[in-house]
Amino acid sequence: MNGPLRVDEVLLRSLTPSVLGILVRRGADFAAAEDAMQDALVEAVRVWPTAPPRDPKGWLVTVAWRRFLDATRADTARRRREDLFDDEPAPGPAPAVDDTLQLYFLCSHPSLTPSSAVALTLRAVGGLTTRQIAHAYLVPEATMAQRISRAKRTVASVRFDQPGDVATVLRVLYLVFNEGYSGDVDLAAEAIRLTRQLTAVIDHPEVAGLLALMLLHHARRAARTTPDGSLVPLAEQDRRRWDTESIAEGVEILQAALARDRLGEFQAQAAIAALHADAPTAGETDWVQIVEWYDELARLTDSPVVRLNRAVAVGQADGPRAGLAALATLDDSLPRHTAVAAYLHERDGDQATAAQLYAEAAHKAPNLAERDHLTRQAARLNARRHH
Amino acid sequence: MAKYLLLKHYRGAPAAVNDVPMDRWTPAEISAHVQYMNDFAARLEETGEFVGSQALAPEGTFVRYDGEGRPPVTDGPFAETKDLVAGWMIIDVDSYERALELAGELSAAPGAGGKPIHEWLEVRPFLTAPPTITQ
Repeated sequence: MNGPLRVDEVLLRSLTPSVLGILVRRGADFAAAEDAMQDALVEAVRVWPTAPPRDPKGWLVTVAWRRFLDATRADTARRRREDLFDDEPAPGPAPAVDDTLQLYFLCSHPSLTPSSAVALTLRAVGGLTTRQIAHAYLVPEATMAQRISRAKRTVASVRFDQPGDVATVLRVLYLVFNEGYSGDVDLAAEAIRLTRQLTAVIDHPEVAGLLALMLLHHARRAARTTPDGSLVPLAEQDRRRWDTESIAEGVEILQAALARDRLGEFQAQAAIAALHADAPTAGETDWVQIVEWYDELARLTDSPVVRLNRAVAVGQADGPRAGLAALATLDDSLPRHTAVAAYLHERDGDQATAAQLYAEAAHKAPNLAERDHLTRQAARLNARRHH
Repeated sequence: MAKYLLLKHYRGAPAAVNDVPMDRWTPAEISAHVQYMNDFAARLEETGEFVGSQALAPEGTFVRYDGEGRPPVTDGPFAETKDLVAGWMIIDVDSYERALELAGELSAAPGAGGKPIHEWLEVRPFLTAPPTITQ
């Protein structure tokens, strides 16, 4: 993979949606076109290092279309010999909506389950191979192959030129960014690439909001964990390790989006991330403004998770007692409720309760890094109390 | 998108409804059971939810470190150990409800008399990777 003759894989994959769009508009059905596209990508990786094409996109269209015809001819010959397939591609109707955008809509169609939509998006829009997607999500390749072909069958009857809902696309991209494992494929970077590509084909403040949110969180990546994988909480992160370029880009995109006065949840979340990014030290964080943004966010989403995070912010802005009062109004079965309670009790000076709650929160933690972090918090308080 | 372990116990789970030891089934009933399990796994692969499965021998050995330069100490098998895992299946599904649904189907595998065993399976979520956005 590290040889000198290596295809720029990201450039190659960035051509995927438009080439696929062309095949579909020429009359190929989506599932077959997508398979042909994957074949063409594999062929490009093989051929381009020694014979780089002058027109990469044209090359892909030609090769993919040939593959599609070959596959279709084989199928057609088996099924109905009397049906002659027209070799000359029909021009197809001019697209009313951009092909790339249509692909995003199709791959996150509401008839798909979240995991199918994620897999299909990464393959058909992202141009990743089934093997790469399987590795990224720690499932066998055969299982991922089935998940993808099933997803294709599910959307087979969806018309390609139907406008979709941007919100469903954003939810899928958010999942790719936020809920990936750490495999060979950098899913966070891939989510950013796909969201950035989406901003190029649709002008929508929430798409910009999501891109800003991703960039602002991605900027903290190096500071978020120690080399052994332990979590470093926001307040303890070495802010010199934050990626200032990514922050600057995120803030600029966010400001342009907010200026359009069509607030949505991703813009509000990005605004909170931007306020954190803006503080030179944790102590200088503008918690009052952050609480205001959480109020906005609660109005927009009515999500209990938002109200839980708001309680943390209230605890910072108005003191731990106020935070605990805000927390008391929430269902204590919410994920991370106990962890937040532990933190607020510690800040309130009640170390015994905090230690007990940290241990309880560790027991309920949904992931290993958080569990270890919470166990360390409990251990830290217990060690202090017993000495 | 969450992984769950469906855990089957030799011992330690509550008694199944159709609780007859396998060696008292007819050979045809055993074949039907094996077929059901294979079909179940194949069906999950088709739905894109299968990760893996494994059966375990009933007898195991406890092993522990015994200090620098010494071989590990082994002990057991312990007949009195309460919990004995027979095997597992790992699934990757969209919801906890779906995990329960599939465990229910697996528990319906036929046993003695060709009737469902109604065996108790344990469903355990995997700990995930930490999400990026938590604030």
